[in-house]
Amino acid sequence: MAAHEEDVETLVAEREYEAGFVTDLESDTVAPGLNEDVIRFISAKKSEPDWMLEWRLEAFRQWQQMPMPKWPHLHYAPIDFQKISYYSAPKSAKDKPKSLDEVDPKLLETYEKLGIPLREQEMLAGVEGAEYPSTSSNVAVDAVFDSVSVATTFKQKLADAGVIFCSISEAIQEYPELIRKHLGTVVPRGDNFFAGLNAAVFTDGSFVYIPEGVTCPMELSTYFRINAENTGQFERTLIVAEKGSHVSYLEGCTAPQRDENQLHAAVVELVAEDDAEIKYSTVQNWYPGDENGRGGIYNFVTKRGDCRGDRSKISWTQVETGSAITWKYPSCVLNGDDSVGEFYSVAVTRGMQQADTGTKMIHVGKNTKSTIIAKGISAARGEQSYRGLVKILPSAVNARNFTQCDSLLIGDKCGAHTFPYVESKNSTAKLEHEATTSKIGEDQMFYCQQRGLSEEDAVSLIVNGFCKDVFKELPMEFAVEAQKLLNVTLENAVG
Amino acid sequence: MISIKNLHAEVEGKPILRGIDLEIPDGEVHAIMGPNGSGKSTLASILAGREEYEITEGSVIYKDKELLELGADERACEGVFLGFQYPVEIPGVSNLYLLRAALNARRKYRGEPEIDAVDFMQMAQEKIAHVGMSMEMAKRGVNEDFSGGEKKRNEIFQMLMLEPSLAVLDETDSGLDIDALKVVSDGINRLRSPERSVVLVTHYKRLLEHCVPDRIHVLYQGRIVRSGGPELADTLEAEGYANLETDEAATAS
Repeated sequence: MAAHEEDVETLVAEREYEAGFVTDLESDTVAPGLNEDVIRFISAKKSEPDWMLEWRLEAFRQWQQMPMPKWPHLHYAPIDFQKISYYSAPKSAKDKPKSLDEVDPKLLETYEKLGIPLREQEMLAGVEGAEYPSTSSNVAVDAVFDSVSVATTFKQKLADAGVIFCSISEAIQEYPELIRKHLGTVVPRGDNFFAGLNAAVFTDGSFVYIPEGVTCPMELSTYFRINAENTGQFERTLIVAEKGSHVSYLEGCTAPQRDENQLHAAVVELVAEDDAEIKYSTVQNWYPGDENGRGGIYNFVTKRGDCRGDRSKISWTQVETGSAITWKYPSCVLNGDDSVGEFYSVAVTRGMQQADTGTKMIHVGKNTKSTIIAKGISAARGEQSYRGLVKILPSAVNARNFTQCDSLLIGDKCGAHTFPYVESKNSTAKLEHEATTSKIGEDQMFYCQQRGLSEEDAVSLIVNGFCKDVFKELPMEFAVEAQKLLNVTLENAVG
Repeated sequence: MISIKNLHAEVEGKPILRGIDLEIPDGEVHAIMGPNGSGKSTLASILAGREEYEITEGSVIYKDKELLELGADERACEGVFLGFQYPVEIPGVSNLYLLRAALNARRKYRGEPEIDAVDFMQMAQEKIAHVGMSMEMAKRGVNEDFSGGEKKRNEIFQMLMLEPSLAVLDETDSGLDIDALKVVSDGINRLRSPERSVVLVTHYKRLLEHCVPDRIHVLYQGRIVRSGGPELADTLEAEGYANLETDEAATAS
């Protein structure tokens, strides 16, 4: 610990960051605490240009003036932001691996345990530019392990299509114009408390750029995983889809058991220009804590898409099964005329998990359309809230929204709450809202068991049926994974 | 096939079954008739393993095993099928998906590999033709938006797919028009074989005309008060259940 602090001090003392380039840092983890020096350390560690450091520092100054939001229907002890370490890199990642042999075997082991489809090993090897077997799976992976991207794959094939898919750190170095043009334009630094924190200290994440008229030749995927103890994860993702382009992006994450709560505050920004389409799918399975709620991840995420162009479309699909606390509202700002926003969500809370999640659909352009389908499942002592805002601005002539929120309760100690907000400032808007709450019926259970299914299989069958409208929005491989995940999550949920 | 001895059961302290004795040999079809509230559906549910009843006395030996000690899913895997009086809807789960899960649960129970997807579809296509349903219906959610008659056809379809050793059909004939009744009785007759037994719980004689039982038992106030051959249905049709009280008194004395 002392050594780490020394590193920071030395660094600050020598003002090496001013050169914007630091090569000789021994520490891989910065000591807990947050101040401008830590931000300088992170920026220097990532060899960032001055403008990036300034951007971070400005975010930090804004963040210091902001209070933690108090409105969510969540209960947790106050977070001490000075007790969190804001940077950690896996030991083997100092030099990015160029082949499988150079990847930490432990890392590979972890991925295997996560059940990451292991064409990925080939994919990792592919960094070297090896030929890929033309298999049915067309998924490119940018793996983020703790704060640093350890491998990015399929780069060549993507490059041929003109698609940029890399870590955001790399993008800051390689594509500064694109980053400067778009970073923070959808989620500004001062947007909210957690977005501000992220802007100051984000360590890595993904950058995707799809040029005009290009349909991305494969699904893009990032797997996140928290590793080092006591290290917050601050991922930042930016996806820009130029006119007429299409992209589907998958994000999935799990986390190993930890004793202390870990903070995760990610920001995802999507930009869709005229006729562009972005589909963003998430399977979130961070460690939820033990049965008493100890040790789980605090997941405070800001995800927002800007349908900037006419006829653009942004679709969020999420399966949220993990984390002790989930605070997340993937949203769409429908600026372009005839633009479309969609939100499909399955959220599961069990044990002591709490989730306050939903979406915001902001209708600005004419003839904009949004669809919200949210399915909440609560078991054991899980508490869950759907919080959604549909806002129709005066300019949004003929806007339409359809909202459906269904809650399924397993047992009688869990809770489901719905907080729908609607603000319509244009009388031509058409809004529909449906909400249901049901319990898994004894009759349904008995019916399935009488046909031979075990209690657990019966629960998973009924729950999967309940979630079908959302799962069918997921890319095929992901849908299968999501179903498996749901089954694992709800093991022993009944009785 | 099954031997029920002195079976007593109650719900919330209220006795429903008060000493049922019933033997059903392999290959036979037995009908259980009786007025509303006599305990017919309770008996069917208890055989299938529904937990809301408390068994206070008695035993049910099925294929040399004590059935009452097995869970509902184990009983199903041992070949007990209940045709529900009111089949439930399970939104979003297709009928075919449930059936495949059910078939695979049986196979797993017996230590066999899962059914091949192609074999399964062929089997489903063959069996569904017998009940006048389309594959399109089978792909819909379990009983989702099915009419009463369609739900009963679906129960028979499931029965034909699962090929039970002991099928207990709880008023599967109620509320059916004549065509659907024929489908149901044809389905039952199709299942009849020396290795299988069927229990038909019914109010009406008309099912028993299409599907002639080996024995008919009359259940009244939780006991079997009269048993006989298929001709007993005619007697009941002519006399109603009015005389049962005297039978009951005679049995009790």
